Order: sequence, then structure tokens, then C-alpha cells
Amino acid sequence: MENFFSDNKSLKFHLNHPLMEKIVRIKENDFSEKDQYDYAPQDVEDAIENYEKILEIIGEIAGEVIAPNAEIVDAEGPQLINNEVHYHPATQENYNALVEANVMGMTLPRKYQGLNFPILPFVMSNEIIARADASFSNIWGLQDCAETINEFASQEIKDKFLPLFSQGKTGAMALTEPDAGSDLQAVQLKATYDESSDKWYLNGVKRFITNGDADISLVLARSEEGTTDGRGLSLFLYDRRDKAVKVRRIENKMGIHGSPTCELVFKNAPALLVGQRKLGLIKYVMSLMNAARLGVAAQSVGIAEAAYREGYKYAQERFQFGKPIIQFPPVYEMLNTMKAKLDAARTLMYETARFVDIYKGLNYLSEKRPLSQNEKDDLKKYQKLAEYYTPLIKLFSSEFANQIAYDSLQIHGGSGYMKDYPIERLYRDARITNIYEGTSQLQVVAAIRGVTNNTFREMVDEYASLITHPELQDLKSILVKMTSQYDYVFTKIKDAANQETLDFHARRLVEMIGNIIISYLLLYDAQRNIEFLNSAQTYIKYSNAQNTQYAGLITSLEEDDVCSCKNIFDLN
Amino acid sequence: MSFKIVVLAKQVPDTANVTQDAMKEDGTVNRAALPVIFNPEDLHALEMALRVKDKIKDSEVILLTMGPVRANEIIREALFHGADKGYLLTDRRFAGSDTLATSYALSMAIKKLWPVNLIFTGRQAIDGDTAQVGPQTAEKLGIPQITYAEELIDVDTSSITIKRRLDRGIEIIKSTLPCLITVNHSSPRCRFRNAKLVMKYKKATSMSELQDRNEDYYDLFESKPYLKIDEWGVEDINADIKWLGLSGSPTKVKKIENVVFKAKENLVLADNDNDIDKLMKTLINSHIIG
Repeated sequence: MENFFSDNKSLKFHLNHPLMEKIVRIKENDFSEKDQYDYAPQDVEDAIENYEKILEIIGEIAGEVIAPNAEIVDAEGPQLINNEVHYHPATQENYNALVEANVMGMTLPRKYQGLNFPILPFVMSNEIIARADASFSNIWGLQDCAETINEFASQEIKDKFLPLFSQGKTGAMALTEPDAGSDLQAVQLKATYDESSDKWYLNGVKRFITNGDADISLVLARSEEGTTDGRGLSLFLYDRRDKAVKVRRIENKMGIHGSPTCELVFKNAPALLVGQRKLGLIKYVMSLMNAARLGVAAQSVGIAEAAYREGYKYAQERFQFGKPIIQFPPVYEMLNTMKAKLDAARTLMYETARFVDIYKGLNYLSEKRPLSQNEKDDLKKYQKLAEYYTPLIKLFSSEFANQIAYDSLQIHGGSGYMKDYPIERLYRDARITNIYEGTSQLQVVAAIRGVTNNTFREMVDEYASLITHPELQDLKSILVKMTSQYDYVFTKIKDAANQETLDFHARRLVEMIGNIIISYLLLYDAQRNIEFLNSAQTYIKYSNAQNTQYAGLITSLEEDDVCSCKNIFDLN
Repeated sequence: MSFKIVVLAKQVPDTANVTQDAMKEDGTVNRAALPVIFNPEDLHALEMALRVKDKIKDSEVILLTMGPVRANEIIREALFHGADKGYLLTDRRFAGSDTLATSYALSMAIKKLWPVNLIFTGRQAIDGDTAQVGPQTAEKLGIPQITYAEELIDVDTSSITIKRRLDRGIEIIKSTLPCLITVNHSSPRCRFRNAKLVMKYKKATSMSELQDRNEDYYDLFESKPYLKIDEWGVEDINADIKWLGLSGSPTKVKKIENVVFKAKENLVLADNDNDIDKLMKTLINSHIIG
């Protein structure tokens, strides 16, 4: 019996991080529901055991149902019949298995029939499912639309729609339009308020909508006539049962074939306003996007795990020159760095998930009782950390998933280029992760503020103080040097005080500080469990070399050089 | 609950994962060295029982098993999948029971649970492969039985219609209730564990398990009675010990042989009917085929 949770020891390791106790206490509000619901935990240990047991069920479904279905889902995909999406029967089988196991509504409160789990185990479920079939993790992951409804919608909407998610209804977020992709401020889909019926109606077109024909969709629309920017946009909830949206086409994509990407036509579609008018993009979509970015990170780590395993297996089985190819230095080096990047992305992802959990948990708690001063400080601190760590992990994990899939395919040689091995699918599936929910370039735009306001830098000092094990001090000293190198380079750019130079080097700066943060996290993992030492060591040495390269480039490029890059405009 | 469905299940050694320590030197099974699992066909039986429960309002599924205290594991497992309650028959005096004595004990326990409407059990257990316990239990209860069930076609409070899988085809049978049904592995697999039930029942425990752990059990059963797994001994089911254990078991083991397969020689066959006929007869006589 395949089980994608039990066969991966790192998952249990991250589930048992020291900060989990705090997260559980906040989420369970000191176990206030323990006598009210027979499935509510009694204490921290009980809660964490629940997460493990439920992830074990999801791991079994991933290993026994979803993974075996992945190949046929990729080959055949969903269908468009009478302007409606029909999932591939195997995709439907996957979904039914999860509904049968009663694991839907994982993060929703118990009063909406949810499991009341923190974000972290949900992110983990997403990783497990993505490893089995990345395309299916889109459909699974979109239940975090429910999270946004829970956070911002009226009580009436919550009471009506949240239990539906727990019962297995699907979600979608309809944001993108033909002329509004990265720039969502340009959204044009029109929302009109009809006073006589006291209802909103939506008209227009959405494009590239993942799982577009979902049961419940959150739609970004222009509610304020005459406006042209983000402040005229509001968020609406559309219920598929109203049958007022047509799916014009399902996109023919390079990868994630099982996940229907739709073009939608709204024709007088009745909709409910979520939260307040004009806050659609500025507040709600930002929250929705941050959750989705963590979802893509989980998808990336899942793909990376699958790709690493495929590469490892092939390298052991494939004999050339009389021995398995894993014994040749170029191959084992690739596998070793793949593993380090995989552990790197995973540790940064669960760190981010913990930050999100603490601040969101405290936010919900503040509705139930006044927070103490300490809690208020925590809320502020972790909200800020979540804001900057989310683009950071989206950037790193999606780029690493691509690199790991690339290297794994390379290990397969000619066979990897054929459709005979899963790596070919994984390689295509990985390619979307650094594009959607904001390209890597846009993640840098969001993350660079964490560089300039020193949020990341302050965390580096905090991490450094955690590494106390005497045998890890040599590695730590490399990180101390990397940090001074970063400080030097950052000061140089800051002193130049030129926005364009900063933008030009932003990605390098974000990656430099990201490398240092990840290195510390891996070192801390190694301090908790020696099995992570190899990845820590590898990651620190390679990223030290990479940071040195970046620092060299930044210090050698004069402002004139940066400007001269613009010559490309005039070249034919 | 007006409609009672009992599932008979057994915890068995996982014969698919046998290691070299599986047999002791004297040729008997070394149970301690084997991982144990829910007998696979009993899980199919549980699924069919749960499907009946899905169809009939106010019905309950009760898991009944006989074995050591450790067999509580399969009761918990059944609760995770949707069973409502479990009973463990455990008593030293049950030890050594063959199929006849086992079906006697089970039938006495079922009588204690009476009135029962339906009984499901796996066709056979992977450790003994006898397929006798189900039919013998039905006989002792004096109720109809349907063996080799593959599909639940229909059920109501007075009858059940079942598709049977036979060697040379299928048969559809309708029976009055109460009735005992043995379920084939070709029937639908057991549904996945239900997340909320896992969280609800993971601490379900029997009295002897709690005593072994020296925990204070009074509070637990007081506040959450559904967490109590009932244990029954010989007296609880009003059984007569002469029909139990070794004394109640006419099956006697004559000899146990440790068979090690070795390829010692090759049989060379000529390409003619005579040799092929000889080969077929050898295979049939040695029970390799047929």
C-alpha cells in the first residue's frame, strides 16, 4: 500500500516543529470546543495526532488512487460539453475519494462542519496531493476560497456557503481577464447593482480561470462605474446553480492537463457582494492571492518530491559502463543538489505556513476575545513576516521545482524525453508554477520590500541565535560571512539611491537574502534531526558560491552599465 | 436502533508480508513476528454492511471479533470506516478453537445481540483459508446464508438481494432476513477512513487495554461512553466450555511440514501428445492445477 504521507519522514518532522504548540493553542482557543464536538482535540498532543492521522488518510488516497490515475488524466484531460466542464472520470474518482474520507473543509471552523485544522497541515495535504498529480492539487487547493469567505464575507454568506465547501463543493477564483493579467487593476468585468431586486449582476469575460466551472466562484469585478483603477473593484460570490455563466473554452495547455483552465462568459449572472465595496482588489484579492501562492508553493514542492524520487530511482536502475549511473559524479552531484533544494523549499514553505497560521489564528481569536499585548505584538510581527515570506517561498519553490524536474529529466537521458516515464509529465507540470499566481519577477517585486525594510535581515539575526550546537558552528560561520557580504552589497545599492538600480538588482538581492534564510532554516532542521545535515551542508556551500557570484556582479556593474542594458530597446 | 447489522471479522497475520521469522523451528506459526492486519475479505464485508446502513434508516453496524486484546485494533479500524460499535470476544478458554468452536462462540455472541437482521463476514481468512466459519455460524443460528457475495443489489427491512460470484458465472439470490452473507474479494473495496470518525474514535479502548496502561478509565467512559469497546468472555455469551477451545475442536493437526521449494531437476518433455498428457496428469495429481 502506497502512502505519500507515511513514506516521507520529513513531513512528520515539519508537523512537529516547536512552534506548532503555539499554533494549535491559538487555533483551538485553549480547546474551547473539546466538549462540544466529539472530534475536537483535548490538548496539543491530541491535535497534532489528529493532523497526522488525517494526513495519513490523504497520503493513502494520494498513493492508492490519485497517483495511479495521473497518467490517464494527463493524456485525456477534462471535456467541455454544452458549455460545461466535465472533469476526467479519474479526476472525479480522486475527488470522490477525498469527499468520502470527509477531509474537505480542512481549515474551516467546526460550526461550518470543517476540521478546524491550521493552514500548515492543509499546505501539507496539498504537497502530498501534488506529488501524486499536480493538476489535481489545483482542484484540491482551491478550497482556500472558503478561507477568504470565512475571513471577509457576511455571516449570512458564511452560514450558507461554508458548509457546502465542507461537504465537497469546489471553488474557483475568477480574477484574470484578457487585458488584466499581472495588472489586475485593469479588470473590466462589470458588476451592476439592481435596487429593485437588491442584487448584483455580473457581465463580462474572464480568462485563464483555473477550475473555472467550480460550484462556487469568487469573482473580481468593477462595481464603481467610471473608475479605472483597483479602488473601483469589489469581490463577488457566484453560485454555479444559477447557471448564468458559460464556459466558452478549456485552454489547451502544456501541462497540468487535469485542471480545467477556462474562459468564462458572465451574462447577467446574479452574485453576492463579499465584504465591502471597493476593497475587492486592495484587501480581499491580496489575501486570496497569498493563500494561492502558498498553494502553488505546495504544488511546487510536491512536483519536486516526485521528480526527485523518479530521478533517484532511474539513476539506480539504469546501468551504463557496467554500473548504475548514480555512481558517476555528474549524476550523484545532480541528485544531491536536487535533494538539498527539495529540503530547502520545504523548510521555507512550512516556516511561511507557520507565520500565516499565527497571524490568521490571532486575527480570528481577536473576534472571540480581546488579545493581550503580547498577542497583539505577535499578530503584527507574524502578519508582516507572512506578507514577505509568501512571495519569497513562491519564488524559490517554483524555481526549484523547475530545476529539479529539469535535472531529473536529464538523468533519464533520452528516455526522459519520451512519454514512457512520469518525469516528462512532471517537467511540463512544473513549468506553470513560476508563472501563475504572479510570475517569479512579480514575486520579487513583492519580496524586495522585505529586503528594503530589513524584515528579512532581522530574521537572519533571530535564526543565527538558534544555532547553538557546537558541531554546526563551522557551517554557521560561513553564513555569518555570507551575511556581511549581503550587508555590504545591499548598502552599496541603497546608497546609490536609485530606484532603477534597485529594481535591476532586486532579484539578486532577494535570492541572496533568501539563500541565507533557507540555509539557517536547514541548519536548524539539522540541529533538530541529523538527517538534514547533508542538505544543510550542500545548500550552504552552493548558495555561498551563488551569493559570491551575485555580489561580484552587483559590485562590478556601474550605474552606466545598468543603463546600457537598455540598448536592447534599439537593437533589432 | 431497529435494524441491526453484525460484521464478523478477524485480525490475521499479514501473510503477504511474511519474513523469515514467520515460522518457528518446530514448524508452527510464530505469531509474534508477523504484522497483523484486518482480514482483507472482512473489510469487503464491512463495506457491504455499511452500504446497507446507507440505505436503511435507523440501522447500526456492529463489529464482532474473537481474539486477543490486540484485536481491538480492528474494532477501532471498523469504527474509523463507519461502524457504530464493536465487541471483542476474548477469554483464555476460547484459545485453540477450530472453525467449529469459533462459529459456536460467534453464534452465541450473536444470540446475545439478538434480534439481528443481517450478518456479514468475509468469505475466508487469509491465515486459515477454510471459508467454514461463516456457513457454520449461519447453521448454528438456523438462518439462511448467501456465500460468495459480490454485489449488494437491493435491501429493505425484510429481504436482501445479492449477486454471487461463482466459478462459472454469477447468480442473483434473494433471501428473507435475518440472513448471513459471506463476501468475496471481488466486491467493492472498503471505503476510506472517515476523518471525523478517526478523530472521534481513535481513543476507543477496552477495559483490559486501559488496565494494561494503568490509566484512569472511569472518567473517560463516563464522559464519552462511545469510546468503550465491550469485551465478552465465556460467561457473557452463555457458552458451554465443552464446545470451546481445544475440547470443542474436532480438527486435529496431524503433522506440519516446512516446505522449501528447490529446483532440483528439469523435466524434459518431447513434443508429443503422450508427454503432454503425462505432464498434465502429474500436475493434477500433485494438486498444482485442477
